[in-house]
Amino acid sequence: MIAFTLNGENRATEAAPTERLSHVLRERLGLTGTKIGCEAGDCGSCTVLVEGRAVCACLTPVAQVEGRAVDTVEAQSPILTRLRAAFLRHGAAQCGICTPGMLMAAAELLHRNPAPTMAEAEVALGGVLCRCTGYRKILAAVCDTEGAGPAPLPEGNPIGQRLPRLDGAAKVAGDLFGADVWHEGALVLRAIRSPHAHAAFTLGDLAGFAARPGVAAVFTARDVPGRNAFGVIPQFADQPAIAASPARFRGECVALLALEPDAADPSADFPIRWEPLPALSSPAEAEAEAAPLIHPDRPGNRLIEGRVRKGDAATALARSAHVVEGGIATSFVEHAYIEPEAGSAWMEGDTLCIRACTQAPVMDQEETAAILALPKHRVRILPSAVGGGFGSKLDVSVQPLLGLVALKTGRPCRMVYSRAESMASTTKRHPAEMQGRIGCDAEGRITGMEFEGRFNTGAYSSWGPTVANRVPVHVSGPYLTPHLTARARAIHTHGPVSGAFRGFGVPQAAIWQETLYDRLAEAAGLDRLEFRLRNALRDGDASATGHVMEATGIAACLEALRPHWQRALAGEASAPGMRRGVGIASCWYGCGNTALPNPSTIRIGLTAAGRLVLHQGATDIGQGSNTVIPQIAAAALGLPVGEFTLIGPDTALTPDAGKTSASRQTFVSGRAAQAAGAALRGRILRLANAGEGATLRLSDGKLTVQEGATLRQIDLSALPADAFGYALSAEESYDPPTTPLDENGQGRPYAVYGFGAQMVELEVDSTLGTLRLLKITAAHDLGRVINPLLAEGQIEGGIAQGIGLALMEDYLPGRTENLHDYLIPTTGDVPPIESLLIEVPDADGPFGAKGLGEHVLIPTAPAILNAIRHATGAELTRLPALPHRILAAMREAGR
Amino acid sequence: MSSYARPAGMREALELLSARPCRVLAGGTDLYPLAGAELGGDVLDLTALSDLRGIRTDPGGLRIGACTSWSEIAETPLPAALAGLQAAARQIGGRQVQNSGTIGGNLCNASPAADGVPPLLVLEAEVELVSPRGSRRMALADFLLGPRRTALAAGEILAAVILPDSALRGTSTFLKLGARAYLVISITMAALRWELEGGRFRRLSLAVGACSPTARRLHGLEAALIGLPPSEAAARVTEAALSADLAPIDDIRATGAYRLTAAAELLRRGLREAAA
Repeated sequence: MIAFTLNGENRATEAAPTERLSHVLRERLGLTGTKIGCEAGDCGSCTVLVEGRAVCACLTPVAQVEGRAVDTVEAQSPILTRLRAAFLRHGAAQCGICTPGMLMAAAELLHRNPAPTMAEAEVALGGVLCRCTGYRKILAAVCDTEGAGPAPLPEGNPIGQRLPRLDGAAKVAGDLFGADVWHEGALVLRAIRSPHAHAAFTLGDLAGFAARPGVAAVFTARDVPGRNAFGVIPQFADQPAIAASPARFRGECVALLALEPDAADPSADFPIRWEPLPALSSPAEAEAEAAPLIHPDRPGNRLIEGRVRKGDAATALARSAHVVEGGIATSFVEHAYIEPEAGSAWMEGDTLCIRACTQAPVMDQEETAAILALPKHRVRILPSAVGGGFGSKLDVSVQPLLGLVALKTGRPCRMVYSRAESMASTTKRHPAEMQGRIGCDAEGRITGMEFEGRFNTGAYSSWGPTVANRVPVHVSGPYLTPHLTARARAIHTHGPVSGAFRGFGVPQAAIWQETLYDRLAEAAGLDRLEFRLRNALRDGDASATGHVMEATGIAACLEALRPHWQRALAGEASAPGMRRGVGIASCWYGCGNTALPNPSTIRIGLTAAGRLVLHQGATDIGQGSNTVIPQIAAAALGLPVGEFTLIGPDTALTPDAGKTSASRQTFVSGRAAQAAGAALRGRILRLANAGEGATLRLSDGKLTVQEGATLRQIDLSALPADAFGYALSAEESYDPPTTPLDENGQGRPYAVYGFGAQMVELEVDSTLGTLRLLKITAAHDLGRVINPLLAEGQIEGGIAQGIGLALMEDYLPGRTENLHDYLIPTTGDVPPIESLLIEVPDADGPFGAKGLGEHVLIPTAPAILNAIRHATGAELTRLPALPHRILAAMREAGR
Repeated sequence: MSSYARPAGMREALELLSARPCRVLAGGTDLYPLAGAELGGDVLDLTALSDLRGIRTDPGGLRIGACTSWSEIAETPLPAALAGLQAAARQIGGRQVQNSGTIGGNLCNASPAADGVPPLLVLEAEVELVSPRGSRRMALADFLLGPRRTALAAGEILAAVILPDSALRGTSTFLKLGARAYLVISITMAALRWELEGGRFRRLSLAVGACSPTARRLHGLEAALIGLPPSEAAARVTEAALSADLAPIDDIRATGAYRLTAAAELLRRGLREAAA
């Protein structure tokens, strides 16, 4: 027995002495607040205090804490109480997966130093990674723990209020993610994965292996009862849940083991013989003549090509006063959410229940049902708290595997990906090779553009078609471009599956277009911001797809940046050996699916006892729909936001609010919530025979309607239950009006676009090629700001991911499958960020609101590259811009 | 089968180790990333040996117990000659790794990119290796044989790092270059220790890490720079001057050519610090 003091109480464990403390806490002592992100000391999410010192519980043998005091996020202390309140007040927790580690690292700091500076906090938290927040709000919270507790929720209209997250209390207590809930006795699942990019394999004596002690069952492709092919876009579905030979990428699942709860992992002895085959490692190889086909029905290994053609770009370029031409290539980028994929499953009667981290519960339900040959209603998806998604948790991962085992064995089961497994087997941002030309006339007005992009879509389709379609639509940027020819093709390789990642290829395209626009502005002799403003799309302009723009906010964003731009350009001289630069880039981004329906439905009910219930199916992956959707619903209904009880997401309890993707939840689900709120309000007013101006009040289970001096009470308990079992309810849907794109990519692919522009100030070390970001100023048009606190959080987090994309992130299969070789920004890599929230209301958005989640990532990387060029002349042709690449580009530029 | 022992005395530890080969565990920050739910095999945990913890002045030098954590090294008041080592202690992993990770573990792990090594090389560090036959001392430069290889013999324990009195004079610095701010494996790093007399280097020690299979002292360059004022010395540090001692490779973090350029620049900056 190993005894120690845990959160002030004496505890003992029978664990092996070298068992990881993280494992002991979670598996033996039931404290799941300590999160596991990497088991390698790379992410800090398992930070606990041992005798007051922060350590990674995953690196600590439990024997070393014998007789000592261990404190976890479940501890109660005055410092933790103040920290929790500060985290909520500052919006420092988004998805919440890093929050326990952040809180504990901060607790150690505050114990040593009750009033730290930002710089001290930055150092102290430098060992905890966060992928959502961009760290600035976390650092601010740690430096401001003396403030008051959370303010009461507003009674009146909550639109535009800086509301702390309504689900925040759980986040700062250690929320329940995919790995944190399982049934007693649940089987533990382990996947056998391909160690090769392309390999045939032969399975050995499976029955003999399955008879080993501790092995409950073994499953292979033969055991998949339904369509062993999933894919988010049904007509392209091609990815097996468990692959038959050959495996087409490193990390592909080829067999699944179901193990008894405490069994040792026998994976190393699994009977399989591998025969590595030649692999197509790049699109160039895959498109070469006579290259073997990865999927026989896709000639040239081409998944799809998207096109937009408007006017005659070649002629326009030939007649242009200035033309610039260039190319740039980007890498595989890993989502690197701190929560690896995880979940559990069990049967409830005939119903298969799967609780897992996801961005798309209904899509999971459909995919899993198809793979398992079940009718959809027999699969229930209960999303856990999601520790970051950013696009990758739109595709299924653990869901069909969990479902298969629960269905076939009848026993509950659980599965948690290791960090390496998560990185190897799930989707990536598409590497892009982009080339083209842009021209302008003598006055600096854009005349035409030619663009060709080749995207490495990896072994299976995933969201490749979306990337190929979104890129040509967006590649002009938010600028009036009378003539455009743009093509983007997605090419299969034996690389990791490229899928959705915040922006669907648009961030890559923006890197190309915005860096070329800087050169074009220079050629035209114009200031780079003024060049962009001169060309900015305005209301009534037609986009490259022929969409006549409305509520076009790009000019307002650029104008908001102008004083900052002028200040920065006139700014102080560089330190010796440093070169200061300022860069700018814009973005636009269509909210919702491209030229396809994507409805959301929201239900609101009032129970007979006067409880107000919001069926909120818009999965909150940290971005804030659990707060923003209630704010919108409350405003439309006219009851305080604090009255809502939230239900869901849960496919059995919530109507389909679509996927958390494409920056659509605030806009599309928000519109549905607005409609549901308004419909319920209408129903109440009719019952009360009151006019639109009446005010509603809900207290002690009683609903009161007041109009002038007239008060009318509605006795909810006297009303008959409606179809949903409520005294009163409303369910409304919204589907954004779009039109399909024709063969030239002409049409109205989105109902709403959001706009933004960011400005980066930095210093480049002229000898080392390293750089220091000094400040980023971000102007984003949100149409109507529903919650400024959460909006800033989105901006700061998107910028952090843009910094990673620009400067350090490079996923190399088999080489950077961990979080110390694959680098994402730390506390010290994100500079101060000033957010300028612009409101150009959109007629389609709820209260005028537009989407924001992806927009915020798009301008960052090109603005950084433009600032590097401004500082040094260096033009990068390959990302990430690691120091050696910057230095080489500086030398090439001769500066 | 696996076993675990966490003895309180060195004699017992050595007996256990001579009875059978064990994985020797200290802070765990290098062993656990490769482990499953538990660290398998026979494990000898040295962290209960109080002799192995802490920093003390011994006749002839400063003795840093092998199980002293990087945080303790960073937080202990130490002579200016150790400023570089203390700077490195604050940049190894994050705070959590610094609280657990030990100086002895860092050396036995023998990574070419170990941040602790260059500052110790310029301090003329020796390692004290104990075995049932007694103890021996060896220069750190001789202890590190190559990537993941040391001169530690079977049955031996690295007990301490000894910094001789002669190396505790002067001032030192440490410069690390990585692709992000914290928690980063170095692209390259340099350590320098110097004594000035009349504005010129009277003594100078230089070491560079992550540019060769083990971090290297640059004796030839040191000899060429002694007697020069710092600015002049800095001007003499060229990539060519380093290429005799260093053989940096291309990897995911940087090219070899860049590493050489960067190492030269870090050394120049360190030398200019001496003028400040």
